[in-house]
Amino acid sequence: MAEADGVRRRDFINIAAVSAAGVAGVGVVVPLVSQMSASADVLAASSTEVDISSIQPGQAIKAIFRKQPVFVRNLTPHEIEEANKVDVSSLRDPQTLEERTKEGKENWLITMGVCTHLGCVPLGAGEGEPRGEFGGYFCPCHGSSYDTAARIRKGPAPKNLEVPAYEFSTDTVVKIG
Amino acid sequence: MSFPWAKQYTPSHPFMQWMDEKLPIPRLVYNAVGGGYEVPRNLNYFWNFGFLAGLCLVLQIVTGVIMAMHYAANTAVAFDTIEQTMRDVNWGWLMRYAHANGASAFFVVIYIHIFRGFFYGSYKAPREMVWLLGVVIFLLMMATAFMGYVLPWGQMSFWGAKVITGLFSAIPFIGEPLQQWLLGGFAPDNAALNRFFSLHFLLPFVILGVVILHIWALHIPGSSNPTGVEVKSESDTVPFYPYYVAKDGWAIGAFAILFCAAVFFFPNYLGHPDNYIPANPMSTPAHIVPEWYFWPFYAILRAFTQDFLFIPAKLMGVLAMFGAIIVWFFLPWLDKSPVRSGAYRPLYRKFFWILVLDMLVLFKCGGAPAAEPYVMISQLAALYYFAHFLIIIPIVSAIEKPDPLPFSITEAVLGADEEAKLAPAAAPEA
Repeated sequence: MAEADGVRRRDFINIAAVSAAGVAGVGVVVPLVSQMSASADVLAASSTEVDISSIQPGQAIKAIFRKQPVFVRNLTPHEIEEANKVDVSSLRDPQTLEERTKEGKENWLITMGVCTHLGCVPLGAGEGEPRGEFGGYFCPCHGSSYDTAARIRKGPAPKNLEVPAYEFSTDTVVKIG
Repeated sequence: MSFPWAKQYTPSHPFMQWMDEKLPIPRLVYNAVGGGYEVPRNLNYFWNFGFLAGLCLVLQIVTGVIMAMHYAANTAVAFDTIEQTMRDVNWGWLMRYAHANGASAFFVVIYIHIFRGFFYGSYKAPREMVWLLGVVIFLLMMATAFMGYVLPWGQMSFWGAKVITGLFSAIPFIGEPLQQWLLGGFAPDNAALNRFFSLHFLLPFVILGVVILHIWALHIPGSSNPTGVEVKSESDTVPFYPYYVAKDGWAIGAFAILFCAAVFFFPNYLGHPDNYIPANPMSTPAHIVPEWYFWPFYAILRAFTQDFLFIPAKLMGVLAMFGAIIVWFFLPWLDKSPVRSGAYRPLYRKFFWILVLDMLVLFKCGGAPAAEPYVMISQLAALYYFAHFLIIIPIVSAIEKPDPLPFSITEAVLGADEEAKLAPAAAPEA
């Protein structure tokens, strides 16, 4: 029957067996690759509550979210003015300060403390740390400078410091995550 | 695979004869590193570094397996187990200092080995495969060294891991998921430390495998030599044993003196004091640099500070850093000069030394803070680095007039080659 078409029973079995082995091979790779992704305990929803009542204008603190630092900064009116003066279209990652803060809380700048270049913790949140030439944050690893809205202004980092999801639980408590 | 005049393995003891029939490992060894491997008689000391690289690999595997017996890959205790190894384990300090400085020694040896290859054109036909496998070994070494440096879980370990895995986040679209996949989390933590330990244990044995391929590929055409002239007759070679075994023995002695000086008298000179501070994800050290052997490539990474067309600066830096080594893969085909050795290439020789200088400048910049004037100097030096391989080498190999080559290795060594003089008389005019 099939032999008349040039397909022998043996060819069919050969192709079917090799195909099945190929599919099974791909199936085996899935767990081998997937096991390296973040495990359930790492992914488990974590949120951090930060008490911001004691942060004076011009001051900042570091909190911890997903084992990484978060900067909570109380901007001074002068710093807000500096941030708003910048022509947004001239920025590498164009965003206004309003887009990076919550309405009515423009003085509270909450960003990840993770440089978008290669992940160092920028300086500028701690007391007495250099804030770079734009008055925001300065990453000592490769010299990225962020302005008072934590937007990238100079150096190799491609993006502004990431703003995590957060909300104000009360006027003095922020829930991050 | 071997020259016709190479000595044959002839076991005399009945046990060795029996062995030769059943599993001819002694024959393999004899033909690979014994009396059966014929080597050019004119190798200089730079040819000792291949052997020394093998010695370093063995040293790292032995001390590394011992270190692993006293180490625990858990962020809570990793730092302490290293300190415990240093203070409480019998001879633990020696094992760790030998392992840490052994990594540096390995890179010193391998850089000399690579630059020997650049100068003498060792990468050219018929040894392209030797060269390609060598570049693979170098990449594996870099990965292994990087992961090993993370294991003590000090400040430099942690931030090195963060920065280097951060390189992958530069890849468009898949970068961030890829970085999280590599780390098994959002930042280096227990998952990352564990897998780095697992891979740090595995990769040296992968390197060992590629080293065997490297030597295998080398032994098909046979070793190159400082004249770059291929072996022509029996008078051009000597057997590996005893001649080069003895010379490599001398190299072991010289290497051991320098290595022991480092291990016993300044074991921390090449390390960073910050790595004696336990990892702290909340604070980056003020001056974060990788180990010295990555500095030239790190300088290239940092040289890109401006976006180029649609490519972000970060991605450019990453591509350039990997490109700096990937370009070596193409070297056998970029250099079209039929003359191998730099000793007979007056123009290439000059550019070779400029490249050495350029690498030293990049080295210096890579270890310096990310500020002017180092950024600008590394930009210029990085530009020259790529120009050397992609522009200068092809042009030089096209326009250069090489010096006259000796007829044979024997003539280069003895000033005359009797067989060469006899040859024209013996052979009828064609």
